[in-house]
Amino acid sequence: MSVDKATVERIAKLARIRIEDHRLAPLAGELNQILGWVEQLSAVDTDQVKPMTSVVDHALYWRDDVIADGSKRDEILANAPAAEFGFFAVPKVIE
Amino acid sequence: MTELTDLSIAEARDKLAARECSAQELTMASLKAMDEARSLNIFITETPERALAMAESADASLKAGTHSPMTGIPVAVKDLFCTKGVRTTAGSRILDPFIPTYESTVTANLWQAGAVMLGKVNMDEFAMGSSNETSYYGSVINPWRAGDVQTVPGGSSGGSVAAVAARISPCATGTDTGGSIRQPAAFTGTVGLKPTYGRCSRFGMVAFASSLDQAGPIARSVRDCAIMLGAMAGYDQKDSTCVNTPVPDYEAALSGDIRGLKIGIPREYRVDGMSSEIDAMWQKAMDWLKDAGAEIVEISLPHTHFALPTYYIVAPAEASSNLARYDGVRYGFRAALEAGDGLTELYEKTRAEGFGDEVKRRILMGTYVLSAGYYDAYYLKAQKLRTLIADDFAHAWQKVDAILTPTAPSAAFAFGSKPDPLAMYMNDVFTVPASLAGLPGISIPAALSADGLPLGLQLLGRAFDEATVLKIADVMEKAAAFTARPADWWRKGA
Amino acid sequence: MSIAPESYIVRGATGDWEIVVGLEVHAQVTSKAKLFSGASTTFGSEPNDNVSLVDAAFPGMLPVINAECVRQAVRTGLALGARINRYSRFDRKNYFYADLPQGYQISQFSDPIVGEGEVHVELANGASKAIGIERLHLEQDAGKSIHDQHPRMTLVDLNRSGVALMEIVSKPDMRTPEEAGAYLKKLRTLLRYIGSCDGNMEQGSMRADVNVSVRRPGAPFGTRCEIKNVNSVRFVMQAIEYEAQRQVDIIEAGGTIDQETRLFDPNKGETRSMRSKEDAHDYRYFPDPDLLPLEFDEDFIEAARQSLPELPDAKKARFTHEWGLAEHNAATLVGEKESADWFEQLIDELVAKTGQPIAKIAAKASNWMLSDLYGHLNKAGQNITQCPIDPARSAALLALVLDGTISGSAAKDVLEDMFATGRDPLVIVEEKGLKQVSDTGALEAMADQIIAANPTQVEQYKAGKTKVIGFLVGQVMKESRGQANPAVVNEILAKKLGSS
Ligand SMILES: [Mg+2]
Ligand SMILES: [Zn+2]
Repeated sequence: MSVDKATVERIAKLARIRIEDHRLAPLAGELNQILGWVEQLSAVDTDQVKPMTSVVDHALYWRDDVIADGSKRDEILANAPAAEFGFFAVPKVIE
Repeated sequence: MTELTDLSIAEARDKLAARECSAQELTMASLKAMDEARSLNIFITETPERALAMAESADASLKAGTHSPMTGIPVAVKDLFCTKGVRTTAGSRILDPFIPTYESTVTANLWQAGAVMLGKVNMDEFAMGSSNETSYYGSVINPWRAGDVQTVPGGSSGGSVAAVAARISPCATGTDTGGSIRQPAAFTGTVGLKPTYGRCSRFGMVAFASSLDQAGPIARSVRDCAIMLGAMAGYDQKDSTCVNTPVPDYEAALSGDIRGLKIGIPREYRVDGMSSEIDAMWQKAMDWLKDAGAEIVEISLPHTHFALPTYYIVAPAEASSNLARYDGVRYGFRAALEAGDGLTELYEKTRAEGFGDEVKRRILMGTYVLSAGYYDAYYLKAQKLRTLIADDFAHAWQKVDAILTPTAPSAAFAFGSKPDPLAMYMNDVFTVPASLAGLPGISIPAALSADGLPLGLQLLGRAFDEATVLKIADVMEKAAAFTARPADWWRKGA
Repeated sequence: MSIAPESYIVRGATGDWEIVVGLEVHAQVTSKAKLFSGASTTFGSEPNDNVSLVDAAFPGMLPVINAECVRQAVRTGLALGARINRYSRFDRKNYFYADLPQGYQISQFSDPIVGEGEVHVELANGASKAIGIERLHLEQDAGKSIHDQHPRMTLVDLNRSGVALMEIVSKPDMRTPEEAGAYLKKLRTLLRYIGSCDGNMEQGSMRADVNVSVRRPGAPFGTRCEIKNVNSVRFVMQAIEYEAQRQVDIIEAGGTIDQETRLFDPNKGETRSMRSKEDAHDYRYFPDPDLLPLEFDEDFIEAARQSLPELPDAKKARFTHEWGLAEHNAATLVGEKESADWFEQLIDELVAKTGQPIAKIAAKASNWMLSDLYGHLNKAGQNITQCPIDPARSAALLALVLDGTISGSAAKDVLEDMFATGRDPLVIVEEKGLKQVSDTGALEAMADQIIAANPTQVEQYKAGKTKVIGFLVGQVMKESRGQANPAVVNEILAKKLGSS
């Protein structure tokens, strides 16, 4: 599996990171170098192995259904680059 | 006469309790050292007023007798911990500006125990790096030099270890995802402990890779790490992965008696290209342990070789998702937009300008390994390898009580000497396996390289058995008698 | 129920087409706080008021699960007759949108909390059909983007961000708009019975993503389009009808269907492509490392099962088989939890008042409730929860009919009065003098008088034309100004005519 410029463009789009055209080829090279290296994992037979999802081996703690948070709009908006009438504001989206 | 900044936590604690010095004197000494060490670029944000105010209330509780071991102890805080009312950057432009309205659980625990915050220290951007060269706020300079050559402090907790090594602060908070406490500790002659995953709360700590991130102490002795961990650790219902198990008295575990303990030496850690001086240090450490009555057992951790590539799938995958929230909408940096730019341009420009190259590389890598058609080949495969790596350790614990390895394959290196990402990733070859298995590990300084740079030894233990790790490390520390310290070349007028 | 569901065919120029429909219903879990944060789920608050730092995805914030949401999802799964998975876990669904603060939605992908189940729906022609449930999973709702309040900006309100949703995914088992409508209604009824969702579609507590495709009867599935967020049963049916015809038109014109996300415009009755969702999605699901698996033991599931009320299907069976209600009446009554509850209270009161066995009174009571009482409610544009007469007073009225105190027609007058004034039925009966005369002495005198006044009819009766007795009963009723008990009058007249 090898990454080309178009793939870098596609994943950059998915990750919402603008990449300048001249950076696509070098990035493809860097990613391929890393991917080529991790390729060694395919040599390990893992057919019977369960994937790990957490190293923590205990039950998930369940919270009680009580209202213990919220009502802090000023705090929520305090760091906003743009806020209008108590809302966060972003450039207009056309549905 | 010892300077106040030379005191360990334990020494300072005793002096404070005996009223031989005040918390305010201790803090002022630290603030002065901080001021003198600006050229090392350790602090991103200094909080001297807050430090003095905290020291004042520490003195009040010392007077009232309501103090604890950390009361009045200055702490440098890695800028990955959110601190209420104090700018938090994670070493990234994308959090510029961001002032949290909340406090991370770990730092809140420290302040609750009476510790004093000196400020927020530099780090690799979003903790992604092993040299502290990826910070938006510039590189931290290692107080240790190889002759005239400046070296990196390691990473990502580079500011934390540098603050401790430069004797600005007796201790600092660090975070470790694949080695970010242990490797920089080794590079700076400090002691750094990564606790078991789930021992310290991750609440309020900027996430890099959620299944690996763990906060831990950095100090100048094993005892100090034991004291500091006691104050940082504990159950927190705000972190679902934090484990509800009592925090033992870690300092009390330092009995000096390790007779009968079995220490494993994994043969897979004898990697090609490891310097002979590191190997020699490792051999010597085995002798110290034997002399102290422990038994050295050769063990095998057969999947060690796969740990690093596994890590470089899992960590970027989680990071690509964790860092999606930095989008210029609710906090932090927002790129300037041109007329006609919409939401997509807001995201793409903000994230292009807000993240540095290494962070972008890892986000792209993580996005790729999770994307349709590649998930099974990469992410799922890596999670299976992770199971095998954890199983290796589980088998080892049937034979041994701790595992001894070098911390890093080399001493600190010069800036810009590892332009290739893969070469940089190799720094974590010895620390990453325990991270993947969630196990505790400590690095202690044990020797100097031919260039006069510190080298570290790593001890790993069973999950939630930090006490045994600390006990053995304490014995090794005494045997190593590592007393070297960097010449304070950075001091103004020095 | 041997009647086959009516087949619904789109007749195209080139032949017949069958439609295939599957529904993904998002139902807001009834809970005080959100799925992973302690902020309130209250509807209609000031913007960004019910938002915690977790909901707004501030750095270092972590999800902690709400036990009630888990319990309600399990109860719902049990009500759907579905398999409860002892092990499930949460995944991240990664995508960027202004109202998705984390940059991912915490959902369940590979291991949902509830597996396969089945829902039975009744159709207008009396047929019944089983609709398969594929799965039910828990996930976070997104915030709300408001596009029309600012000339240059979209405004984002995160009040709904993190509210718990159950996504209930059906199998593609529906073949007509009616079936889809009936399924959605049935689902809503079930959720409201067990109280896991208020089913309020206007407020968005329940909305459906409708997957529609067409095919030649018996052919493999065609390419489907997903119509997002349709918020009423009627709109779901309209959207399917429109969308199926649109697809048939395209295919018959030689085109192909693009798999895409569409929007239903209720004003135009049309579906249209959603521009903002145009770019192909690659959600990069992976297990959320901030959460551990959800694991249940038998006791937890059993407690959830014990907490379920009688469900509509069981209630309907009891109403028909044990209480003797007509199929249609039973179906109507159990269709809404409120009407079933009201009816059961009515029966309780009626049994207490009359001492009669349920089987003897329930059918009559259901007829009265559904024709007489609902007639008034419909005229007033009210539903049963707004009924001005409570079950106790209604039972008092019905008891008067059952014990012969008033006639059926008098009861209608009394109901009319009760509906308008809310007064006690007995007071109305007394005031209007509506009590039936069953006193034999008075009626015999009236009968004698009528026999004497109508010799022709009496002759006819005696000659064998016994039907004429009806005329004579009517005359007595008239004489009594409607207050005579017609059954008693009939008996008296028959006796007198037969014996003379
Ligand atoms: Mg869906
Ligand atoms: Zn959904």
